[in-house]
Amino acid sequence: MPLATLPSLTPALPEIFLAIAAMLLLMLGVFSSEENNTRMVSYASVLVLIVAIPFIGLVTEGRSVTFGGAFVTDTFAVYIKALVLVSAATVIIMSKDYLKTQGIERFEFPVLIVLATLGMMMMISANDLIALYLGLELQSLSLYVIASFQRDSARSAEAGLKYFVLGALASGLLLYGMSMIYGFAGTTSFDTLARIFHDSHNHISVGVVVGIVFMLAGLAFKVSAVPFHMWTPDVYEGAPTPVTALFAVAPKIAAMGLFIRVMIGPFGELGAQWQQIIIFISVASMLLGAFAAINQTNIKRLMAYSSIGHMGYALIGLAVAGAAGDAALRADGVESMLIYLGIYMVVNIGTFACILLMKRDGRMVEGIDDLVGLSKSNPALAMILSIFMFSMAGIPPLAGFLGKLYVFQAAIQVELYALAIIGVLASVVGAYYYIRIIKVMYFDDPVDELDRGISLEMKTILVVTGVVIIFFVFYPAPLLTGAESAAAALFHE
Amino acid sequence: MDNMPWLSIITFAPLVGVFFILLIRDDDKEIVARNARWVALWISLITFFVSLGIWINFDNSTANFQFVEKSVWMPGLNIAYHMGVDGISMFFVILSTILTVLCIGASWITITDRVKEYMISFLVLETLMVGMFSALDLVLFYIFFEGVLIPMFIIIGVWGGARRNYAAYKLFLYTLAGSVLMLLAILTMMFQAGTAEIPKLLTHNFPATLQPWLWLAFFASFAVKMPMWPVHTWLPDAHVEAPTAGSVILAGVLLKFGGYGFLRFSLPMFPLASADFTPLIYTLSIIAVIYTSLVALAQEDMKKLIAYSSVAHMGFVTIGTFAANTQGIEGAIIQMLSHGVVSAALFLIVGVVYDRIHSRDIEAYSGLVHRMPKYALIFMIFMMASVGLPGTSGFVGEFLILVGTFKTNTWVAAFATTGIILGAAYMLYLYRRVIFGELTKENLKSILDLNRREVAIFAPLLLVVFVMGIYPSLFLDAMHASVENLVERYHSALAAAQHISVVAK
Repeated sequence: MPLATLPSLTPALPEIFLAIAAMLLLMLGVFSSEENNTRMVSYASVLVLIVAIPFIGLVTEGRSVTFGGAFVTDTFAVYIKALVLVSAATVIIMSKDYLKTQGIERFEFPVLIVLATLGMMMMISANDLIALYLGLELQSLSLYVIASFQRDSARSAEAGLKYFVLGALASGLLLYGMSMIYGFAGTTSFDTLARIFHDSHNHISVGVVVGIVFMLAGLAFKVSAVPFHMWTPDVYEGAPTPVTALFAVAPKIAAMGLFIRVMIGPFGELGAQWQQIIIFISVASMLLGAFAAINQTNIKRLMAYSSIGHMGYALIGLAVAGAAGDAALRADGVESMLIYLGIYMVVNIGTFACILLMKRDGRMVEGIDDLVGLSKSNPALAMILSIFMFSMAGIPPLAGFLGKLYVFQAAIQVELYALAIIGVLASVVGAYYYIRIIKVMYFDDPVDELDRGISLEMKTILVVTGVVIIFFVFYPAPLLTGAESAAAALFHE
Repeated sequence: MDNMPWLSIITFAPLVGVFFILLIRDDDKEIVARNARWVALWISLITFFVSLGIWINFDNSTANFQFVEKSVWMPGLNIAYHMGVDGISMFFVILSTILTVLCIGASWITITDRVKEYMISFLVLETLMVGMFSALDLVLFYIFFEGVLIPMFIIIGVWGGARRNYAAYKLFLYTLAGSVLMLLAILTMMFQAGTAEIPKLLTHNFPATLQPWLWLAFFASFAVKMPMWPVHTWLPDAHVEAPTAGSVILAGVLLKFGGYGFLRFSLPMFPLASADFTPLIYTLSIIAVIYTSLVALAQEDMKKLIAYSSVAHMGFVTIGTFAANTQGIEGAIIQMLSHGVVSAALFLIVGVVYDRIHSRDIEAYSGLVHRMPKYALIFMIFMMASVGLPGTSGFVGEFLILVGTFKTNTWVAAFATTGIILGAAYMLYLYRRVIFGELTKENLKSILDLNRREVAIFAPLLLVVFVMGIYPSLFLDAMHASVENLVERYHSALAAAQHISVVAK
């Protein structure tokens, strides 16, 4: 084989870097002494993930495609990948203390996160159904393992098994949908699919529509949108807390990125076919997220429902992007979604950092009632957690409000009034359970204090996320411009 | 001088105070508390004096916005940081700053738990209130309007009475549910008009078919904040459970958000819908005036009584606002300012005896005049101002409102007048039971009269009540140009619409 056929590797440089680094990290873990190899590999993984960020920034010039059109990078991919890398790196930092106290300090943990991140980046950059599936599976398999990382705990094992069985079902649905689409359209390439649907106007065969519906179901599972959310509360509750933190951010954001790319890319012309489904999923997620969380007593479970609700809000943006008409308005929909996801990531990382600090006598506690009187025993932590809660409830002037503002603004522009009205009303119901946490911390009298003492890393994470959430309103420009150019990249033609 | 961003300074100066308070660290709780109190007092005093400068330099002759500041904020959505005041909003800014000073003074010794957080909450609240009244951008307005919920929720929930959880939740969820619909209306307006600037939107003609929907969405929010019957039920709970200073701010400033909103948005931006919905407003307001006055008459809890009287007084404000003539609107503004001062004072008056006896029940008191002559005098003056005795601020507001209403609808004016009689009834009844009679109760025999700090808190309020009552022109002149302009715009929009419908026929 002549060398000339080797595809250009530059667009995939960050992925290649991560793949090689993951192998090296494994070897580092295996060949170094057992005492502190976890710590070393953890730090090295964080370093790798952070170094990868400038790598993805290197290839921003326009849109570049490689591997026979199966792999694409553009500003959209850069934006999502940056969010994913930042959240994965932060989660590894946050997990350090947890792994030690739970006695599951193993160097495979950070390496698996790096591998999952690699899978996420591949699916974000997928420009072909096969590439999509490869990325998705690499991600999912790594995540199945770390969900049950606490092997001795029945709950953790159950979470991993549940996630695996249901995840495999979703992959099956996705694969089935993909095969339908391939069967009726004759190609797996996103670009070709987009061209076919563009030319065929309204003569879409039913088989394609069925395929899209199956793909939607698979993707909805990955972002845990209703009605494919059933796994979320159990897995969130059972998985080790840092893993839950990871599940709440990185795979969600990556899957959302994939969701957007698939819907806008190959099926962008078929908005009329899939928009109603997205609207239904969005409404159902917002309502379930709002109502089902009310009675939760476990904070990780509560966060699961909260994230279901947040995915509902983010999907409003996708529903907007599916509306017929002006490309600028549709791009606004994607932009609002990207802004929402960016803020969602910061708030969730901050909140999970707080949850990881919920310890009593050295043991982790997860009940909402365990936060009682936190404002007296640890005023700073209570203040910052209440800021996150107000932000999630969407109360101005915090960042969460601006995320909702952009999403609803996009919905109003394409006259999705009913969707917007249901959205804001669901947010009022949601506010109830967010402020309940504040109530527990501030209004109730303490019974047993939580342990004090916060490590420097956790302090940094809390301060940074808190500052971003409070001061975002004063200087929103960086995220807004990033999201704007990322969204514009999808509507370039 | 002219280039100084005075409004921003007033708005954000309290946040500087918050920053200083956050820096206070000491192992001795007393020292922390003392420092926090002094920082808060000084910052709020400075803010108040700077805000007086706005009034002194205010140009009475123009209806335009003054002290305008504008800078880019979120260009993608056409949202700018845009501040300014006109004759309608200027006094509310000063009302907010002065009441904050008094609130901090009033909580000087009564709040001993978490003083630092308490002072931070009040300073943040001041920032949000001032910002709300001076915002000239829809989204900026909404951010301040809604952000108030955070400190208010904390103030009631942390330092409140026995049923504080319930009250804080009710306040939060009621007002949130009201205002989210307004958010959608704001977004629709921005999309429709292509701008979020309030000065531009004031002259924008929204389609007649859209106006009722926008009006209703704003109404949902303002009616809850106001509060209008039947969505007023959160108010008595919130007032009763809130600490004294919380009640003062709630009655003094937060209730004005609704009235201000009607004047700033509903009336000028949706004139056609406002005209159509005026009968609804009249009906709800008259029910509020008469029904809540009767309810007030039956109260056993002093704070609850004053809370219900607030609902009745706010009923007057909405009647005056939707009378949509100069007298009615000026009366509504004066009534709001007067109520801001008088109800704040009444809550402080309740606070004085509550601090001493720890009971709000009217039953627990009698014959206070024998032990507390100064208190009885001050109580009487504010009671009279609340009733609307000539020479006090309450009279000017109610009189102007009735004059304005009489011109547009005699029946409404007649019903509203009965509210004044009922108001006199419940206030005098309250006063008689608390102040007069025999001093028989054991625990009242040693009760002390007002101390110097308390007198100092009531003095400025007394001054305002009398100045506003005896020489109202001082206030009316400043708001006249803006109100005229509003009325003119409202009627010309109605006339234009009428013209179109006549032509169409």
